[in-house]
Amino acid sequence: MSHPVPVAVVIEDEPQIRRFVRAALEAEGWQVFEADTAQRGLTEAGTRKPDLLVLDLGLPDGDGLDVIRDVRGWSAVPIVVLSARTDEADKIAALDAGADDYLTKPFGVGELLARVRANLRRPRGAGADGTPEEPLFSFGEVEVDRQARLVRRAGAEVHLTPIEYRLLTVLVSHAGRVLTHRQLLREVWGPSHAGQNHYLRIYMGHLRQKLEADPAQPKHLLTETAVGYRLWVG
Amino acid sequence: MASFPDSRPDPDELLDRLRGEEEKARRGRLRIYFGASAGVGKTYAMLSAAQRERKAGRDVLVGVVETHGRSETLELLAGLAQLPLREVAYRGRTLTEFDLDAALARKPAVLLVDELAHSNVEGSRHAKRWQDVHELLEAGIDVWSAVNVQHLESLNGTVGAITGIRVHETVPDTVLDGADEIILVDVTPDELMARLKAGKVYMPQQAERAAQNFFRKGNLIALREIALRRTAEHVEDDVRSYRVEKSITPVWNTEGAILACIGPREGAEQTVRTAARLAGQLNVRWHAAYVETPRLQLLEVASRDRILAVIQLAEELGAATAVLTGGDAAAALVAQAQQLNCATLVVGRPQRPGWRALWRGPSMTRRLAMLAPTLDIVEVGHADSARRLARAVQRSAEEDEAAVWRGKLAGYAWAAAASAAITVLAHPLLNFFDLANIVMLFLLGTVLVALKFGRGPAALAAFLNVAAFDYFFVAPRLSFAVSDVQYLVTFGVMLVVGLLTGQLTAGLRFQARIAASRERRAQSLFELARDLSAALLSEQVVELGEAAAQRNFGGQALVLATDGHDQLLPPAKPPADFDASVADWVFRNEQPAGLATATLSAQAWHYLPLKAPMRVRGVLAVKPAQARWLLIPEQVQQLETLARQVAIALERVHYVDVAQQAVVQMESEKLRNMLLAAISHDVRTPLTALIGLADSLQRTAPPLSEEQSQAARAIAGEARHLSALVNNLLDMARLQSGAVNLRSDWQSVEEIVGSAIRQAQHALAGRAVVTALPADLPLVEFDAALMERVLVNLLENAAKYGQPPIEVRAEVTDTALLLAVRDHGPGLPAALKGREQELFEKFTRGEAESATPGVGLGLAICQAVVQAHRGQIVASNAAGGGAEFGITLPRRPPPQGLPETV
Repeated sequence: MSHPVPVAVVIEDEPQIRRFVRAALEAEGWQVFEADTAQRGLTEAGTRKPDLLVLDLGLPDGDGLDVIRDVRGWSAVPIVVLSARTDEADKIAALDAGADDYLTKPFGVGELLARVRANLRRPRGAGADGTPEEPLFSFGEVEVDRQARLVRRAGAEVHLTPIEYRLLTVLVSHAGRVLTHRQLLREVWGPSHAGQNHYLRIYMGHLRQKLEADPAQPKHLLTETAVGYRLWVG
Repeated sequence: MASFPDSRPDPDELLDRLRGEEEKARRGRLRIYFGASAGVGKTYAMLSAAQRERKAGRDVLVGVVETHGRSETLELLAGLAQLPLREVAYRGRTLTEFDLDAALARKPAVLLVDELAHSNVEGSRHAKRWQDVHELLEAGIDVWSAVNVQHLESLNGTVGAITGIRVHETVPDTVLDGADEIILVDVTPDELMARLKAGKVYMPQQAERAAQNFFRKGNLIALREIALRRTAEHVEDDVRSYRVEKSITPVWNTEGAILACIGPREGAEQTVRTAARLAGQLNVRWHAAYVETPRLQLLEVASRDRILAVIQLAEELGAATAVLTGGDAAAALVAQAQQLNCATLVVGRPQRPGWRALWRGPSMTRRLAMLAPTLDIVEVGHADSARRLARAVQRSAEEDEAAVWRGKLAGYAWAAAASAAITVLAHPLLNFFDLANIVMLFLLGTVLVALKFGRGPAALAAFLNVAAFDYFFVAPRLSFAVSDVQYLVTFGVMLVVGLLTGQLTAGLRFQARIAASRERRAQSLFELARDLSAALLSEQVVELGEAAAQRNFGGQALVLATDGHDQLLPPAKPPADFDASVADWVFRNEQPAGLATATLSAQAWHYLPLKAPMRVRGVLAVKPAQARWLLIPEQVQQLETLARQVAIALERVHYVDVAQQAVVQMESEKLRNMLLAAISHDVRTPLTALIGLADSLQRTAPPLSEEQSQAARAIAGEARHLSALVNNLLDMARLQSGAVNLRSDWQSVEEIVGSAIRQAQHALAGRAVVTALPADLPLVEFDAALMERVLVNLLENAAKYGQPPIEVRAEVTDTALLLAVRDHGPGLPAALKGREQELFEKFTRGEAESATPGVGLGLAICQAVVQAHRGQIVASNAAGGGAEFGITLPRRPPPQGLPETV
């Protein structure tokens, strides 16, 4: 964190929504700056150097997607998108453009804060700015040792195939964040396999069988239906 | 290149057979009891079979049966249902007739219709009973009928020649050939004679006369032979068709077709009939052609009508007909034969042997043989065939003839006037010119007359000119006497040159006229096609079609189009003699009717269906200025082409409408989606604020009192309910809008169950969900978001109405995925027993008034989604208590081949 007090910018044109988001974040110790248009939001994001960006996709002066792309040009700040649309295609577009998570309206304060926490806990900038990732990562009973390439569940070693292992490490390095099918396919198999979502479903199934207590009601390896997957650590 | 032996079925032939089979499946079956003569027992055999069929439990109906008062036959009628005959008033008498409409309405399994060759009373729908039978078969009714050999069209002449008695009621051979079963009813001539004597054949008073004329033993033997042979031909057809079907041996040969040459003389009918029979026996196509030469152009109207009637007969017997034009009949026929790939020519035998052959030159047969040495030529002998030919159109022939004569007389008058004028003009020139040059003036006059008026006036002019030249110019003048004998040569040459030029120019004129009329026809079609291509409304097409038909045929023309429900629209102002019911019949049966057809030929109008590639688009009705035009094949072709163009234009216009409707539908669909998105946004935004603000209230510092905190929780809870309700309404609106856009992909059932349980967490409020999913569930194709929605709704229902534990089960069969959600509550309301499916209707709830919130859209949405996946959803009470909702989705094997490594 670059500030003693974490800074959040909320870009949302609806004042009542802004008001409760601000209240919720401030209660958690955030300093919040508001913007009601895309233009002002970009200015705020540029000057405040925030630790979190909460962004409404439907803004009066432009598409939220353009804001995401613009910000991603110069910052890796976590972006949580608020969307009134239920159409999964919009969420996928926002995530592919660089957003980290999304919340579908209406949402409660509890959901908002849970997402914010999940996205901040993740080892930020891992691999991107050269800092080595934490070799040990754990969720629930599972421990992933990326240095030894070992996975243990409740202390016992679990055998994973290379693809399963690769899928797991991709999820781990983006823990808490929603990864779209396309992003996962690209990271695990390479760009030529985009569109073959059923590969993912098979291997995610294998991972759940090996790592979850009840694969039909997973606690960590969550499905975001029609969008992608998320490793939930919280 | 290697040539294949005849081992493959000819595709055309197989297609024909397929088409035939298709048609047969729809049509009723025709059984014909076939006999050599009256009295062999056809009706008796038919009725005996009918009795057997009735006892076997089939619905047999007697449409019409002629018992001729025979008691044995009458007895057989006992117990059979009979259709009452229709009474028809005809020329002051009341006649009875078979009731076609009653039979069609009654629609029995088997209908008996005796006397296939019977001619219906004038004013009936069809002229002949076999046409009634045709319509019955089309309606899917099996028909049994009976016919004697002498009633067969192609054998009519032959039998007539044998027995000396000619019958006028005939049946086309195609009817017999098309019959599914032919049962030959056969007795020996001796037994038949004995039956006759015993009075078993005709009523006693008729027997003796009939026996003398017809029932001579010689006749009967000959008739029996013909009947046997004809039946054998049919059996041979069956055998051939069987062999073709089973591809037993290569019976398809490539032999050429037959061309019947129709001549101008009587006896042409015989040529046509023989060709038809020959074609039937050889199983080849056949054509008939008539060559119109300048000489034949001069025939009187009656002979020309007879030729047209023969052409029509050929068409009825199954030929493709053509009228050719040319100076030399033999050359034109040979060219036609080669073009159509014919191997055999059938011609009539020339009637005038002897010295006239020298004058006429070699006979047609010889000329054909010389021109085409490779063709087989069959020369048909004379039969005294006085068969009546179509008279439907003769009434106009007399008027026609008068008009032609008026035109001819004018030509002769002009020829005489021209002679006189040349004489007067040349007279003063005599002082300046030699007589030889004066002759030239006269010759010029003859040529001009020939050019303008044709051969007859030219001949008259030639004679008059010779006479005038002699009388006024050759010494001694003003006398027909000639002083110088050499002028006789001048006269002779003048006359011959005049006649020859007349002949030649007449021929040229004829060719030019034919060419011009062809050109006109082609031009007219071209113009119509051009105009139709610009038409965008069916009214325009109708107008253009009517105008074109009128241009071509004079008289009146009407185009009847259809409305949006494929019903024929009657004309706004129908002419007095126009019959809309006939037009409707034509439209429904897709066959022409009225004037110059076999159906309702007494009509003044000719009705033609407008057949387009997809379906019949309307009816074209024409009342031509000259009824006989409809008998000329070229004109009929012209009319058909015209009808086809109009039909295609109507179809095109129809599809333009369809396309426009589709665009409008797409636009409204887009509008609806935009509206739904807008509503969704506008409703959710305040709901979000509501829920968020109520949540914030509970987190304020210092904390609210317990009472205030509860109120804040309640606000948030109600706002969530409202949100769920709005979601349901919007989803239902989307699903109801018709096209549900499925985004199907290969999905993991386990994932969807898992995420649905997580989504329903709020509603479940900590109630346990037990899942029973096999570990090896394959991927199944469906829309994940929609199916998740279904499971969430079912889970919420179970939480709302049932008791824990809630179970989610899944299993697969080879072709289906079965999903079930059950609870352990009280189960479905007893009031709904037996009509559980009503639960899935909109706004239906388990209990009418209940404190449990919801408007009953959840299950309706489930049903809409499952049905969009072509699956089923059912509600039932599970064994051991609780309600169970079961979903069945069709499935196919998932894609194979997963890459473990890259």
